[in-house]
Amino acid sequence: MIQNIPLSYFLVISTAMFFIGIYGFLTRRNLITMLMSVELILNSVNINFVAFNKYLFPQHLQGHFFMLIVIAVAASEAAVAIAIIINIYRNFKSIDVENVDEMKF
Amino acid sequence: MNLSDFLTMRHEIVLSVLALLILIIDLNLHNRDKHRIIPISISLFFVYTLVGFLPADKSVLFGGMYQTNPLLVMMKNILNVGVLIVLLQSVTWLKQDANREKISEYFILLFSTLIGMDFMISSGDFLMFFLGLELATIPLAALAAFTHHQTKSAEAGIKLLLNSALSSGILLFGISLIYGSTGSIYFDTITQLYRNTPLQVLAYIFFFTGMAFKLSLVPFHLWTADVYEGAPINITSYLSVISKGAAAFILIILMFTVFKTIAPIYNHILYLIAILTMTVGNLFALRQKNMKRFLAFSSIAQAGFILLGILGGNTMGMTSVIYFVLVYIFSNLGAFGVVSAIAAVTNKENMDDYDGLYATNPKLSLLMMLSLFSLAGIPPVAGFFGKFFLFASAASAGYYWLVFIAVLNATISLYYYLLVVKAMFINKSETPLAYFRSDNYTRIGLVLSGVGIFILGFWSQIYEIINSLSYGILP
Repeated sequence: MIQNIPLSYFLVISTAMFFIGIYGFLTRRNLITMLMSVELILNSVNINFVAFNKYLFPQHLQGHFFMLIVIAVAASEAAVAIAIIINIYRNFKSIDVENVDEMKF
Repeated sequence: MNLSDFLTMRHEIVLSVLALLILIIDLNLHNRDKHRIIPISISLFFVYTLVGFLPADKSVLFGGMYQTNPLLVMMKNILNVGVLIVLLQSVTWLKQDANREKISEYFILLFSTLIGMDFMISSGDFLMFFLGLELATIPLAALAAFTHHQTKSAEAGIKLLLNSALSSGILLFGISLIYGSTGSIYFDTITQLYRNTPLQVLAYIFFFTGMAFKLSLVPFHLWTADVYEGAPINITSYLSVISKGAAAFILIILMFTVFKTIAPIYNHILYLIAILTMTVGNLFALRQKNMKRFLAFSSIAQAGFILLGILGGNTMGMTSVIYFVLVYIFSNLGAFGVVSAIAAVTNKENMDDYDGLYATNPKLSLLMMLSLFSLAGIPPVAGFFGKFFLFASAASAGYYWLVFIAVLNATISLYYYLLVVKAMFINKSETPLAYFRSDNYTRIGLVLSGVGIFILGFWSQIYEIINSLSYGILP
């Protein structure tokens, strides 16, 4: 049962996911993988919201609503990102960030 | 929904209707008549700007999710005037052959981001704030990648989108920790429950990091120059002026209401970031030769000055930030307007191309000089007063060293702004840019920004008006 699992378990998982996402975003060289890392970050936020709502503040549903909105926004973000990535593939013939470097300091 | 609710939310509702209307008009136009959308959209937006100036009262809708008061309406009106000038200045570029089929998309995407910013400024809880923020960012990435056959534009789009997605992820993690520690997402409740526990301080740091990405403060500024250079120039001016202005507005509202109790802690962070932002922005601007990159770094440095007003932490700080953003909108739009007018006709945007511009295009050079003097903060024009009030508010809170460093930075910035003025007025060139006449829209846009710089510098009542509205916002 869920009652036997303490809240801290969820928080450890979500924090780990958050930093895996940050690490992936900073080290991966493929645009799609970077997008996946961002999704990982957003999902860690969702776990946080739902866990806090369920354990600490079960009388309101604010955390659940926030999670739903975050999922919707993440989907729209991914749609625009993939559209631009397709465009990048047409222009550069690659989606590796090492090749997308026309502008630098 | 009754009439008074409608009047309360008129900015958002009218703008949404406008965006849909343009979509419908576009459907009924033949391909060769698409350019007719330009006058229709701009005149509709002009009417909307006037509607925005109707008097407004303090009120709350949707159970506290949406709030408004005269100060917030004032902020939205400032943004509207800025967008109107951006629209006027972008007409020459929109009429180019490559953009002919995409004219309506430009307006619809631009209006969507403006709706997002309006909702963000009026938000009463973090859910609305987040939605507004995303609505303001995602279409902007599409706009940055607008000229899809150019590699630079696509690169700018993906850089903007990935960076803003990462920053909203970090910001959301902060919001989730705030929710976990207070049990609410409403600003009013959080304000009462914020007690500076370690978790809440951590949540604040995450939140501020996310906002710092949007404002391009220094450790998080690396995307700015690339996106500004790659995006079409009118989108760049929108990004650097309107988008940054809206982010500054909501940041100062949140700092002065929700996060007021942890001011003793966040002041240390702000102090360091303000110094870093001003210095790094200025030093990088010194070596730029491309005008868009140059203005990008100058806008990073200007964002550092905004932090001084937030550090002030009183009504004067809030007033001076709003006044500074207002002045910054007009001065930066003047500079970007000249750059875009030249780029639209000649396709040149390097500083060397401006050599001897005064001999061939004296009016453009004079407006450019006026805007750059205003950005640098030279007394007769508005920029001086914007900076002066910011420094005064930081000094009133006792940050004398910070003000000293800021003044030093203002002096450094004068050097590189004068480089452009020198190129236009003193440098001789074998092949200066030929004389050209911009079309009437662009001329109106340029004149508006020039007049704005002058009026804000000489008509002191505007500061008083903002100041009187700012009272009562602080808890």
